[in-house]
Amino acid sequence: MKFRTFAAFVGPSLFLMFVFIAAPLVSVFWQSFHVTKARFETVEVETCTPGFLKPTCVTEMVTRPVLDEHGQPRLETRFTGFGSYRNVLEPDRTLAALRDLDWRALLTIDFWKALRFTLTFTLITLPLVIGGGLVIAVVVNNVARSLRGPVIFVSLLPFIITPVIGALSIRWLFIGDGIMTAFLEWWLERDIAMFAQGGTIELLMLFYRVWHVAPFAFVVFYAGLQTVNQDTLESAIIDGASRWERLRYVVIPHLMPLIVFVALIHLMDAYRVFEEVVGFSSQAHVISLQWLTYDLLTPDDSGNRAISRASASAMLTMVGIVILLVPLLLRTWRDQRPGGPGGAGGGR
Amino acid sequence: MSGPRALRQPMGLRAVSAGFLGVWCLLASFPFVWIAAMSFKAPVDSFAPNPLHVLFGPATLAAGKGLSLLDLAAGAAVLWIAVRLAVRWLPGVVARGTPPGWIAVGWFVGSLLFGLAFVAVFFGLLPLVLGGLDPVVGPLGVPVLGLTAEHYESVWVGNEFYRNFVNSLIVTAGVVAVSLTVGTLAGYGLARSGSRLAFWLLIVALVFRALPHSVLVAGDLPPFIHSAEVLRPLLGEAAPTLYGKPWAVIAVLVSINQPFTIWMLRSFFQNIPLDLDEAARVDGCTHFQAFRWVIMPVMWPGVITTGLFSFLLAYNDYLVTSLLLDAQNQTMVPAIAGYFNRETTTTDQVEAVAAAVSITAPLFLLVMVFQRQIVSGLTAGAVKG
Repeated sequence: MKFRTFAAFVGPSLFLMFVFIAAPLVSVFWQSFHVTKARFETVEVETCTPGFLKPTCVTEMVTRPVLDEHGQPRLETRFTGFGSYRNVLEPDRTLAALRDLDWRALLTIDFWKALRFTLTFTLITLPLVIGGGLVIAVVVNNVARSLRGPVIFVSLLPFIITPVIGALSIRWLFIGDGIMTAFLEWWLERDIAMFAQGGTIELLMLFYRVWHVAPFAFVVFYAGLQTVNQDTLESAIIDGASRWERLRYVVIPHLMPLIVFVALIHLMDAYRVFEEVVGFSSQAHVISLQWLTYDLLTPDDSGNRAISRASASAMLTMVGIVILLVPLLLRTWRDQRPGGPGGAGGGR
Repeated sequence: MSGPRALRQPMGLRAVSAGFLGVWCLLASFPFVWIAAMSFKAPVDSFAPNPLHVLFGPATLAAGKGLSLLDLAAGAAVLWIAVRLAVRWLPGVVARGTPPGWIAVGWFVGSLLFGLAFVAVFFGLLPLVLGGLDPVVGPLGVPVLGLTAEHYESVWVGNEFYRNFVNSLIVTAGVVAVSLTVGTLAGYGLARSGSRLAFWLLIVALVFRALPHSVLVAGDLPPFIHSAEVLRPLLGEAAPTLYGKPWAVIAVLVSINQPFTIWMLRSFFQNIPLDLDEAARVDGCTHFQAFRWVIMPVMWPGVITTGLFSFLLAYNDYLVTSLLLDAQNQTMVPAIAGYFNRETTTTDQVEAVAAAVSITAPLFLLVMVFQRQIVSGLTAGAVKG
């Protein structure tokens, strides 16, 4: 294919990605070093109130926004260097907390609180998703063929549901005297309020994510199980391998590329955890990095959006994604190099 | 169970395996069943600690909102007929009624009309007829199960949820259409090129796929709000403010989805033998003609699968639509946040549940119809790796 034809085919897609992905990245970078706000001036104002004999006058210095010809505050954009980053990271308090080894004080700073949750969330859900998906795949592979269709249908439901709605539907089972809370209270014979403290909310968030993503892992592994080499399995039986040994030494090595694939996709997605915070309304106890940026971008009570701080927090979030991406890129690099063994990627 | 004896499993293992599967299926479906049951009950029943109350709704029944055995039988019959019609009759009508090449649009319009007709019969005609019949038939007409659709009514009619539904429809249809058009072109180009440049583009797309969406929105938001001022020198007075415009959100969602789309379509295109292109080229087609008239007709399974995932992304999105659309153009998912943030009364909460079930229902149908395509999409990239 000639270069011009190639360019014509790929052009529209590249244009879109350039305008709406690459350009915003540059814009975020720029915004994180600049602050746009209304310009203020300090003027001397004399206010007089009527009084006996002569009015009482007070002269004071007032700070007020400079207005333009339409009566709107005049905006000015200033370079602030790392000011916004300092606002997000709060280095003084961070250093003080680190010096005292005071973990609690550190976690009162929003950014570290969000980072702590995002990382533990990612690392805890990862093995659960892989393990859960694997077990479901093996078990489904074990039932009669006629049952597999309906089982796959039911299993796909948690995966395709709108994340916010999925989180909400789990929350409604536990909220107040919801059925699950009532059940737990009856079982453990004690009073339970799932949404009163961070720990239990976090547990529900972890459960929701595993419930939501395990079907994806299951479907991928299930497809992989269909291609396990039967001859190898049979020779393993002849060599006297037990059921567990066959799984451990034949099936899992065969699935290894898929396990790596699911792990990387899950790492990318779990690092972006966001909908759980919205669905469980956990912002008072638990927040994530993406939610932090989102919250700074939403207008506050006076209608202002903290664009610069949001940009700084977005840039810091990206540092994490870059670290996560390095192994993924190296792997794809090996597979997809022109002349390489081609294939992996895509998926969700 | 046939097969070699050594592969046959002991009873204990089979029981454990079947038991685990049962638990998983229960776990996967229970929240859906439960919120669906909750949405049809009076608030007292919905949030009752006793699960039987949620299922059978005594308080709902006491308030005079119940269904008799006759109602249940009639409802089940209408449901059954609707499913039969959708499976047996609808495909034929769509196939005959649409000009060739417009089959996707035909299906879209056909299922929309079918859905509307179903809602009209099930929620409009049926209660009218049964309301007249129930007092006549004696014991069969006595309400036994507490069930009410009043929350759906107040959500869709009272709170004008249909506006959000229409907005969702616009955004989703736009994203799927644009994303597939642009994506198939790029996917085909990348699959057939094999050059170093194509390889680099794919790597860059992979990096873009990993970016958190909030980063992109943080970059888009200020330019979108001020776009009228920025674009005025170029476009004059017609310069639009991009903030709040559905088509601007469509563009953003398409771009966010583009990396994933081109990776997936590329892997589908790679499965189509190169001989097909070459034969077309020998017969005098240009690259584009070969793509349009030879490759696309055999690509439909891949396009449908990728379209499904574009649909899911646009339909399920919360972050982008809630930040870039204003209240009057809001889609369904962010709109529901208004309910659960309010949470003043339990009625509000049950209305939120009803709205959530309304959002989930189309997805449910989607899996029913396209289960095979979704599975093939999930495994498309992975299995060959």
